[in-house]
Amino acid sequence: MHSKMKASVAALALSAMAGPSLADLSGDLVIFSDMSNPAPRAVMEGMVERFGDMHPDLNIELTIIDREAYKTQIRNFLTANPPDVANWYAANRMRPYVDAGLFEDVSDLWAEPEIAENLASTKGAMTIDGAQWGVPYTYYQWGVYYRADIFDELGLSEPTTWDEELANCQAIVDSGRACYTIGTKFLWTAGGWFDYLNLRTNGYDFHMALTNGEVEWTDPRVRETFANWRTLIDMGAFIDNHQSYSWQEALPFMVNGEAAAYLMGNFAVAPLREAGLGDDQLDFYQFVQINPEVELAEDAPTDTFHIPANAANKEAAREFLRFVVSAENQTIINGGDALGQLPVNASASIDDDKFLAQGFEMLSSNSPGGIAQFFDRDAPAEMASVAMEGFQEFMVFPDNLDDVLNRLESARQRIYE
Amino acid sequence: MSDTALPGAADPGWIRRNRQTLAPLLFLAPGMLFFLVYVILPIFQSFNISLYEWDGLGQPAFIGLDNYRELASDRAFEVSLWNNLKWLLLYLAAIPGGLFIALFLNQTVAGIRIYKSLFFFPFVISQVVVGLVFTWFYDPTFGLLNALLEGIGLAPVNVLGDPQLATYGIIVAGLWPQIAYCMILYLTGLNAVDPEQVEAARLDGAKGWRMLWFVILPQLRPATFIAFVVTIIGALRSFDLISIMTNGGPFGSTRVLSFYMFEKSLSEYGFRMGYGAAIAVVLFLIMLCFIAYFLWSMWRDERGLR
Repeated sequence: MHSKMKASVAALALSAMAGPSLADLSGDLVIFSDMSNPAPRAVMEGMVERFGDMHPDLNIELTIIDREAYKTQIRNFLTANPPDVANWYAANRMRPYVDAGLFEDVSDLWAEPEIAENLASTKGAMTIDGAQWGVPYTYYQWGVYYRADIFDELGLSEPTTWDEELANCQAIVDSGRACYTIGTKFLWTAGGWFDYLNLRTNGYDFHMALTNGEVEWTDPRVRETFANWRTLIDMGAFIDNHQSYSWQEALPFMVNGEAAAYLMGNFAVAPLREAGLGDDQLDFYQFVQINPEVELAEDAPTDTFHIPANAANKEAAREFLRFVVSAENQTIINGGDALGQLPVNASASIDDDKFLAQGFEMLSSNSPGGIAQFFDRDAPAEMASVAMEGFQEFMVFPDNLDDVLNRLESARQRIYE
Repeated sequence: MSDTALPGAADPGWIRRNRQTLAPLLFLAPGMLFFLVYVILPIFQSFNISLYEWDGLGQPAFIGLDNYRELASDRAFEVSLWNNLKWLLLYLAAIPGGLFIALFLNQTVAGIRIYKSLFFFPFVISQVVVGLVFTWFYDPTFGLLNALLEGIGLAPVNVLGDPQLATYGIIVAGLWPQIAYCMILYLTGLNAVDPEQVEAARLDGAKGWRMLWFVILPQLRPATFIAFVVTIIGALRSFDLISIMTNGGPFGSTRVLSFYMFEKSLSEYGFRMGYGAAIAVVLFLIMLCFIAYFLWSMWRDERGLR
């Protein structure tokens, strides 16, 4: 794999030369990053090193901040002590900073052919009010990760329709297991289930209208989504006591074979492999079709780089953003030995990993409806927190649905006014 | 000191004349200054921010008492308020708990210092560790609690996953270190109990509960007062345990005011500074009742001594 990658890197490097000219950059480039976990940290440091080699006169200062702490610190440093480049997330998560005028409009970058042609798939996620406010550097698919050996044992195959999914689940429940593991202590995992059920029941456009506050939560179409969810809950599809677990604490149920599948992002693969599941035991399928009339749409959360509006060295910052999204860099940083996720540049090569290959295939050719970010990035933060709490309550006490929906509806009327 | 000390100087200067007043003021000044800047000023700032709609980034918009009106109809706020009440009442169990352990340990046996330190141990370890230990204890699949319940033939319970039980589960975890704290307060208090009074009471035939109630406890009044103060304040500040054990859940049933304030203003999905400040003001007013009572009773005691 390595030599293959090197060859493609060389080829891409040649094509990159023809791209935007490498201006002589000098001065300081200050980067604040939230890529604090070991693998992302190495990726970030590697990027800075390679970018530094390309611009020897540029003095790059990289500060890596703990990923969770970053979420609150960004508010302070964007106003008080802005770096030249900062990490963040796509879609509505950018909105507070865009509205406050703290992110630089980088639509000019998106107008350059190199970016316009290769990054088209994520342009929508980076657009607010008709302009682009940053560039993506990685994204990953969501879907159902399942225990292939349990499916084989029960004679099941990957489902594609809701009826098949329910039939499979019934067989799994009958064998004394739960169909899905999930840990809802921190709420967002339930948001993933709602995303998929609603995308499949009502489609991408409806889902976006709902997260944008244009549809009432008490709408019968929303109730239909919850009715589908309830079918699973009443079957006993989910593990018990999920409200007490984090997503990591829910992994052992799948590893021990007490649950057969996990609706999760691709980041769940690494811990599952580390826990001892081989590639013959672990596989992936796209969330099944529920309503044949709506096109399939997927969740694929995108992580991004931005230039603060008050940055000092915007010229170098723009060059760094170009470097980040270049096909060559995208291939390197999303490889299996680095982030292990999907490159945002269509000309980049995908690592030779069966989950990444399936994810890329799914997102590029079998997601005609659109690509959503994730519930807590598509909806405003406050709506997301109220709603995800409601989803958790519904999963534990499905009979509280009316109460939950009325609460969400009154929150919607207040938050989007 | 006296003006006649320097006969040459007719007017001995303002500073020299007012030394008796100035010295204590100067010594108090640093403390007063910090108290003013870091305690008094923020209180008024919170009052002020609670009248605005502000996300911490843009321009604050004045909305009068709207935040408080919203609080009145906010069910999560109501739940937090009730939970605060539960904490206040149940946390007080730490006082008798600490007292009885202190009485039990107040004897001279070989190695009693080791036992005392063992009982004091939970107060020394961090609240975060206490929270983690109890989370594992309560864990519905591999926790010790359910193993014990199973052992005596009872059905398993998911304490922290049940909205009816979760708050009580956290309070029990909080009591563990708090009892140790009260115990140490009473142990020092018991050292000050006058043995002659105990002797005299014994000659008069007092023993057991009557001895405790009429002879020992009145002498422990200062310790009881301090235990009461730290327990009330501890109950109102309960935050770390909730954050570690349930993160406010399941579906917000274990929130208290301090946690809700943090969630609304500073957490990942928050940044409603005005609303958070309004919650802080309510919490402050509740605390103010207790603080006023404590100050008043201290003032009364001091006056009684004169």
